[in-house]
Amino acid sequence: MTKVLWKGNQAIAQAAINAGCKCYFGYPITPQSEIGEYMGDKMPELGRTFITAESELASISMVIGAGTTGTKAMTSSSSCGIALMQEAMSAMCCAEVPGVIVSVMRGGPGLGNIASAQGDYFQAVKGGGNGDYKVIVYSPATIQEAIDLMYRAFHVSMKYRNPVMLLADGILGQMMEPVEFGQYPYKDDDVSIWALSGAKGRTPRNIVSLHMADGELEKISDRIFEKYRIIAEKETIVDKFMTDDAELIVTAFGTTARIAKSAVKKARKAGMKVGLFRPVMLSPFPEKELFETAKSAQMILDIELNQGQMLLDVKASVFGACPVEFLGRSGGGLLTDTQMLEKITALYNKIGVKV
Amino acid sequence: MTGETLVYKRPETLIKDKGFTFCPGCGHGVVLKIIAELIDEFGIRENTIAISSVGCSIFLEKFYELDVAGASHGRSPCVATGIKRSLPDKFVFTYQGDGDAATIGFNETIHTACRGEKITTICINNTTFGMTGGQASATTLVGQVTTTTPRGRKAELTGYPLRVAETVANCEGAAYVARVAISSPKYIKQAKKAIRKAFEMQLKGLGYSFVEVIAACPTNWHMTPVECIDYIENTVEKVHKLGVFKDITEGENI
Ligand SMILES: Cc1ncc(C[n+]2csc(CCOP(=O)(O)OP(=O)(O)O)c2C)c(N)n1
Ligand code: SF4
Ligand SMILES: [Mg+2]
Repeated sequence: MTKVLWKGNQAIAQAAINAGCKCYFGYPITPQSEIGEYMGDKMPELGRTFITAESELASISMVIGAGTTGTKAMTSSSSCGIALMQEAMSAMCCAEVPGVIVSVMRGGPGLGNIASAQGDYFQAVKGGGNGDYKVIVYSPATIQEAIDLMYRAFHVSMKYRNPVMLLADGILGQMMEPVEFGQYPYKDDDVSIWALSGAKGRTPRNIVSLHMADGELEKISDRIFEKYRIIAEKETIVDKFMTDDAELIVTAFGTTARIAKSAVKKARKAGMKVGLFRPVMLSPFPEKELFETAKSAQMILDIELNQGQMLLDVKASVFGACPVEFLGRSGGGLLTDTQMLEKITALYNKIGVKV
Repeated sequence: MTGETLVYKRPETLIKDKGFTFCPGCGHGVVLKIIAELIDEFGIRENTIAISSVGCSIFLEKFYELDVAGASHGRSPCVATGIKRSLPDKFVFTYQGDGDAATIGFNETIHTACRGEKITTICINNTTFGMTGGQASATTLVGQVTTTTPRGRKAELTGYPLRVAETVANCEGAAYVARVAISSPKYIKQAKKAIRKAFEMQLKGLGYSFVEVIAACPTNWHMTPVECIDYIENTVEKVHKLGVFKDITEGENI
């Protein structure tokens, strides 16, 4: 198959269609509006549902409705729009409702700006909803990977009946790259054993998030966290580049990791033993994988386009095995590979390793 | 058996051997029973998905032999939209309070009506947030004493009550909109007729249907159930007037 040039946002939308997404509900916001526009064009043609909802509160709640029937559904938004969806994501985790959320990060806090940023790592990974829950989060570094992860997002969401988020950023949404779609590679589980369909010839079912009976909520909490442990074990993806002999390991996610990779290559050329650890699944965070990788390193440099968010998960995973340094930039500015290389070189010299 | 006629049968849509958990004189039980009877009459129990909302009626699954989806506060029309768009052949209804449908979720109500979503909403207007202890909601009357308006709602401070049904009726996608009461047997009959009509609108695929039911909340009104009847008929109905505000089949025999 030949590769075709696609814009990130549109590729994400087409991947959802290929994955069998039957309903798209959304509300426009830069830098992801092309997703909704693309869906508004294609979905009705395919006899599928497209609705511009009255708000992000509404769009994610419509996803919930579709999800309770076992129908593949999605929404997409950015930063402040995703903020409005937090209550619903908490409810989805509690009631075990599937659904895919695409978050294309812009600058924040507040309305921030419309430049690309990574300030919504906490929002995605820790969540702003109430209670104990986890949204499963995947973060692509290329448009090809965004397509592959959209397929995976739908599959994992339906399989574990939990919201799954694709965490991209403005650059990825807006840029163009040659990609290949391929076929949706997963075989999805049968939803008829749990989905709502009208209680025909069976006991009625309910999918709700209020559980007042003594001990009921605790049981649910234990069950969903057991599920998260299984997800961490079975669904984790990490991308390691030249980490085996690395003295210094760079950790980064999304497009920042892509730029960091080029900095790492340059560092290698200069004779420095530097590697890159890129978590592709951000939640549950690949703690074990990072710990194992970091054990043999002298130092970690975490690079993000924020003031240090994934940094906390990196530190918690490394658990004191080696020092963790940070390079960041917030407010919509980018870090070039040259800036990254400067920091890498300075730190590399500091750990006293001979270049 | 001769000489015996069946005068009452518990609706099959109601879970057996379980009662409602509402306060004495509460309007919720009456309306939930009307809905159960109608679902039986239409024979659609096994083809129905109900959406519960946040308020005293939240435990629909504990009363009904139906598939039930829960929604967060104010969002049941959206959950219903997602369900109906996924399974257009199902009968889908939301059961909401005035706090839910007209206060936190009025935007959702209006837009669902404008989209002409083929679902039905039954909105229990007891002019207060019942479940949280009787605070003033969007439909609270001027002068009404609530826990947040202890000296009565003052228009100059908190404005005027929202006329829910009238506003929903203005939306082009609404096929049927009515406000009814359940304070007397006659009214209960009328209420059932209106809800039946609302259900028919959906079953015939004609659009969004909305029935607002004026109901008592004796606990938070600090009245006996009998005093509530008088208050509804002489005070609440003066502001939230009963009637059919929209019926796109008017004049037709449906
Ligand atoms: C987002 C959110 N805000 C507030 C609440 C608290 N709350 C629970 S029930 C309720 C009021 C419901 O009132 P209404 O819809 O009129 O139902 P009623 O109990 O009167 O039947 C409120 C405010 C909540 N559960 N969720
Ligand atoms: S508080 Fe009011 S609305 Fe709630 S159950 Fe009691 S009477 Fe009914
Ligand atoms: Mg109320």
